[in-house]
Amino acid sequence: MKGYLVLRVVAKLMIAFMVVFALYVQFHGDFGPGGGFQAGVITAAAIVFYAIIFGLPAARAVVPDWLVEAMVAAGVLLYAGVGFAGLVLGGNYLDYFVLAADPVEGQHRGIFWIELGVLITVAGVMLKIFYMFASRDEERSR
Amino acid sequence: MISQHYPVLHVVLPLIAAPVMVLARHGGIAWLLATAVSWSSLAVSVALFAQVADGSVVSYAIGNWAPPWGIEYRIDSVNAFLLVLVSLIASVVAIYSRESVAAEVPREQHYLFYTMYVLCLAGLLGIAATGDGFNLFVFLEISSLSSYVLIALGRDRRALMASYQYLIMGTIGATFIVIGVGLLFLMTGTLNLADMAARLPGVTETRPVLAALAFLTVGICLKLALFPLHLWLPNAYAYAPSAVTAFLAATATKVSVYVLLRFYYTVFGESVVFAALPMGGILLALSLAAMFIASTIAIFQDDVKRLFAYSSVAQIGYITLGISFDSATGLTAAIVHLFNHALTKGALFMLLGGVALHLGRIRFRDIGGLARVMPLTSFGVVLAGLSLIGVPGTVGFVSKWYLVLAALEAGAGWLAALIVLSSLLAVVYVWRFVEVAYFREPSEAVSRLKEAPPSMLAASWVMVVGCVYFGLDASTTVGGAAQAAATLLGIGR
Amino acid sequence: MTVAGHYSYWITIVIAMAGLYIVIARGNLVKKLVGLAIFQTSVYLLYIAPGKLIGGTAPIVAEGFAVYSNPLPHVLILTAIVVGVATLALGLALVVRIKEAYGSIEEDEILGQDPAPPGRTP
Repeated sequence: MKGYLVLRVVAKLMIAFMVVFALYVQFHGDFGPGGGFQAGVITAAAIVFYAIIFGLPAARAVVPDWLVEAMVAAGVLLYAGVGFAGLVLGGNYLDYFVLAADPVEGQHRGIFWIELGVLITVAGVMLKIFYMFASRDEERSR
Repeated sequence: MISQHYPVLHVVLPLIAAPVMVLARHGGIAWLLATAVSWSSLAVSVALFAQVADGSVVSYAIGNWAPPWGIEYRIDSVNAFLLVLVSLIASVVAIYSRESVAAEVPREQHYLFYTMYVLCLAGLLGIAATGDGFNLFVFLEISSLSSYVLIALGRDRRALMASYQYLIMGTIGATFIVIGVGLLFLMTGTLNLADMAARLPGVTETRPVLAALAFLTVGICLKLALFPLHLWLPNAYAYAPSAVTAFLAATATKVSVYVLLRFYYTVFGESVVFAALPMGGILLALSLAAMFIASTIAIFQDDVKRLFAYSSVAQIGYITLGISFDSATGLTAAIVHLFNHALTKGALFMLLGGVALHLGRIRFRDIGGLARVMPLTSFGVVLAGLSLIGVPGTVGFVSKWYLVLAALEAGAGWLAALIVLSSLLAVVYVWRFVEVAYFREPSEAVSRLKEAPPSMLAASWVMVVGCVYFGLDASTTVGGAAQAAATLLGIGR
Repeated sequence: MTVAGHYSYWITIVIAMAGLYIVIARGNLVKKLVGLAIFQTSVYLLYIAPGKLIGGTAPIVAEGFAVYSNPLPHVLILTAIVVGVATLALGLALVVRIKEAYGSIEEDEILGQDPAPPGRTP
């Protein structure tokens, strides 16, 4: 679809806003609707949008396959790592109270890193699913 | 120090191993990690079992939020028994899976296979360990989703359809369970199982609670493949990779039985389930149907794995029969049969996997004279088959003995006769294998077979020896089961 | 409450039964998955609708409010939605593979292609 000028220009504008909105949703999960899962889906949607307008190979150049698979695993590891940090610092598993001197600050930190892990994994999974389904179509129509 | 974290470690270690395997992208490393993690979970589970053997309860608050606000892992003698069982099976199958997976799954998918394997293990252990209703649903879905993937990795293209059918039925079952938990949450205001148990007596006779019981029963029975909700099981077990069949046959349905026991006795209590509702009668009828109909269908199967899958459905009937008696002996019989059947079916499917390594699909017409080329495997199948029948000296006999005792205690002599009668049906289908393997001439294809690789054979025979050993000296298993039954009935109201 | 006051539960039941009917009655594999998704959606409604307390505000501490709606069902349903998405994705991936292996996504055509094992289940 990159032959259409209007689509190309609007896409380039919108993708930037979509990514910023995803980050907004991510960091405001504490105070309003939002959080890691929603932000991850919006991020993935931005990249899928790019893939639809500019073609799958272009999207693959921006976010290659190995990166997507690494994202899926890295997010889960981050989440579990925060859990273990709680264990190592003397509390129970996934204990946020011990992550900082002030328990409430510890809760903030714990939730921040957890949600980051969720963002990375969800964005990775959504992109992986899109890549798998879209590339299957390509193989068959060749 | 680390021992106070045992209740969570056995779930978290497999869960962490999964993304590490995905990042490593190497089949050998993945297998090593899977084996290491299974064995460490086994060590932790045995330590927990020793800790709660005197009837005490270990409670662990995830995130240091006190229950009932936070999620609690609550280990008592019932789930400790199950934790040891699941991690034991996982450890043995992990050793077994090296050669089996190398032959049945494409090389580039090996690391994904082991990722799903440890995720399934983490899910099953989590279901057993958790004391929170919704956490139970989450782990149930983790183990279910990973088992759908594991089944779909089978060689035959029918594995895909089998996995899809299991997905549809399993998701409906899990959704029924979450509806049940949701109704209980609405009526009691809490998700913590122990807290629910404390708050339910006030609202027991209301319709939502009874509806919750109904939804939970149907959902759990779908997962444990009680007749007539067993339709996903034969295809899933027959077409999955051999290591997967061995693992799932020995663990997935057993954990679902545990969930049923937990909800019936700990949350609802005997008075609601068996006195107010005719659950005992319903379970009795369905168990008898499972025992006889599934055994009969098994006799007419051509595919050997499918035959033993139907045999699994029949054996699950024995377990639910034990539950339907609602007595200490009946529950002991049911819980000890969880262990015994897991050993028996695990051994059987592992041995059959050794045959399927080169043959692919095992049909009776293809394995004539098998005993001559694979003597150890065939003898192992015979021993495990004897355990299925319930011959004295094998674990199967121990479970049947307690079942008959429970039937006689309940004054139902006709039921004891039926139990013995259904064992005769098992004789028929085990004899089919013996006759084909020992009394026929090997065909061209069969004489080219060799005995299974040493790691696979050793792992399978560990299970077979376990079948015989725990049949001769059943004190540990029956002791653990009796303690678990006492805990369940003691909490029950 | 009156019968009409329970309207959220009525809608839950209608959606659940519609979803289950589609799963059972339709032979197309993708339609079955759609029915499954609809069935799971009814469960979300079952949890969330009773979470809203009459006169309750959003569960964020604010001046001048004494009654807050229950935030716990929302968290539970977020988890359930993610589980539903994962199931749907897995189901669709299986359907893609089945289409490549069998050439069709109609259940009776697929089951007709493989020779049925003797002694098939009733």
